[in-house]
Amino acid sequence: MQIYVCVKHVPDSAANIVILDNIRIDENLSFLLNPYDEHAVTEAVRVKERLLGSEIIAVCLGKADAEKTIRSAMAMGADRGILIVSDKHHDSMETAKVLKAAIEQDGTPQLILTGKESIDAEGMQTMFRIGALFDFPVATNVVKLDIAGDRAVVDCDLSCGICNTYEMTCPCVIGAGRGLNTPRYPTFPDVVKSKKKPVKIIAVSDLVIKASTSAMTLVAYEPLLQKRVPKKITGDCAKIAEKIVKILREEAKVI
Amino acid sequence: MNKKIGIIIELEKGKIKESNFGMITLARAKDTELFAIVINADTGALKEDLSSFGITKIIDVSLSCDQQNNPAAMASAIIHIIRVYHFSIIFGLSTAKGKDLLPRIAALVEAPLVMDCFHVDLDKNLAKTSQYSGKTIATIKATGDILVFGIRPNAVESVKEPALADILVFDGSTIVSKGFRVLKTGDADEKSDISLAEAEVILAGGRGMKNGENFAILFDCAKKMNAVVGASRVAVDSGWVPYSMQVGQTGEKVSPKVYIACGISGSIQHFAGMKTSGMVIAINTEETASIMSNCDYFVVADVMDIIPEVTKLLKNG
Repeated sequence: MQIYVCVKHVPDSAANIVILDNIRIDENLSFLLNPYDEHAVTEAVRVKERLLGSEIIAVCLGKADAEKTIRSAMAMGADRGILIVSDKHHDSMETAKVLKAAIEQDGTPQLILTGKESIDAEGMQTMFRIGALFDFPVATNVVKLDIAGDRAVVDCDLSCGICNTYEMTCPCVIGAGRGLNTPRYPTFPDVVKSKKKPVKIIAVSDLVIKASTSAMTLVAYEPLLQKRVPKKITGDCAKIAEKIVKILREEAKVI
Repeated sequence: MNKKIGIIIELEKGKIKESNFGMITLARAKDTELFAIVINADTGALKEDLSSFGITKIIDVSLSCDQQNNPAAMASAIIHIIRVYHFSIIFGLSTAKGKDLLPRIAALVEAPLVMDCFHVDLDKNLAKTSQYSGKTIATIKATGDILVFGIRPNAVESVKEPALADILVFDGSTIVSKGFRVLKTGDADEKSDISLAEAEVILAGGRGMKNGENFAILFDCAKKMNAVVGASRVAVDSGWVPYSMQVGQTGEKVSPKVYIACGISGSIQHFAGMKTSGMVIAINTEETASIMSNCDYFVVADVMDIIPEVTKLLKNG
């Protein structure tokens, strides 16, 4: 079976984000595979281990530099990659259409995996849009996945560790959550091997995309600054506890 | 003509969650007509509360028994309702349930969606949300016939504005989701009623907790002040507590009134998940930990010495 994993090239989570002209970020920082997508790639590898003969294809929409992220996904176990190169910013409606068109042009998906959100735009919706375009069922924040024949049984985390179990027909789309697996970080030989794996590079204009009248347009960025002025609470333990309770009761009014 | 806004009400054990009222308050802009969409509930009992916040129509949606906890079926029902009542705006909470419902709706009607908004300007259709893990605020303009906004719980203070609501019945009993079936629903009764995202007070433990057993002191204290216990990445990666308790870039993004960081150093990724908290109190043995210079109050001490004392005071008081 063909397993497609949609991955995104995002700024390193530890990076400081610098805003330029109130509308874009300074991209002179390190980019890597979106952390939630690491879970998606890892899960694809687990599915492939059980369903021998499967092929894992990492698909990414991004600038030319995003090939690095596809190489990371291949070092983690994807067999090949598709990079749709674009210098433009695409909203999640366009992104889903581009990814769908690229997947459709390439093969026949039985399973599509991606992270439950990207850590840059945090839109939390691309997997649902891909599912709607293909007319495939979708589950998000998946923390357990079992494929049995043409069915996928998933546990979705509804916060506080409460899970619902859903059954979907395959093909389906999975938004990987944090508890799904522990990403297997590549060894040096994996990285070397990934360099030899094929990456198909195409342009958005190579794909047939229907234009939409709806859009999400970024209007402005501003830094989220919070100036807190720390005050030290001193005394012995009992005194400190007393002061904390007083702050909670009188200042924060939460108890 | 007034903009018709459909507000999806999230219930917890048949009751309206407090965070819905802030969302309704936010929707109450100029020239808007507010519809509350309530799925499988005794709407008669909820009418008074919804009316007091300015709702004028309550849409009572009934799904068949086997579709009740099915987000795909709920999304189909809401899409029917959008078409019947010609809503131009849909509001829902950006909670775990909302994250599984609002994108389904937006995807099926190809509508723009901004999740986790802490402000929405309905005059210009501009939404403010955080991006890059809480490091930036993005203003996003939504364009389309139907716009969907996921509202961050606790982001807007609720203000009453009495109205009189009518109940309209929508029979969704024939709605079935395609290729998507609920096998089992988690038992919410076993766990705390409030989730991290909606908690007013969070007590979060990090490396300084040293092990999973020590989290018991946080749970004890949290019970006394109606708080929810969270954790840093170190604590969940060490297996001390489950992943679902993680606050941070790759965990839950929270904005409680008070965030008490217990033995958490405060990495940039941790701040990404809690920097919008109202008040931050840090307890750490290291005065040089980065959280100590980015909080409202700090205590240089061992969490194990302080928290049990706080619990004791709350027991007595």
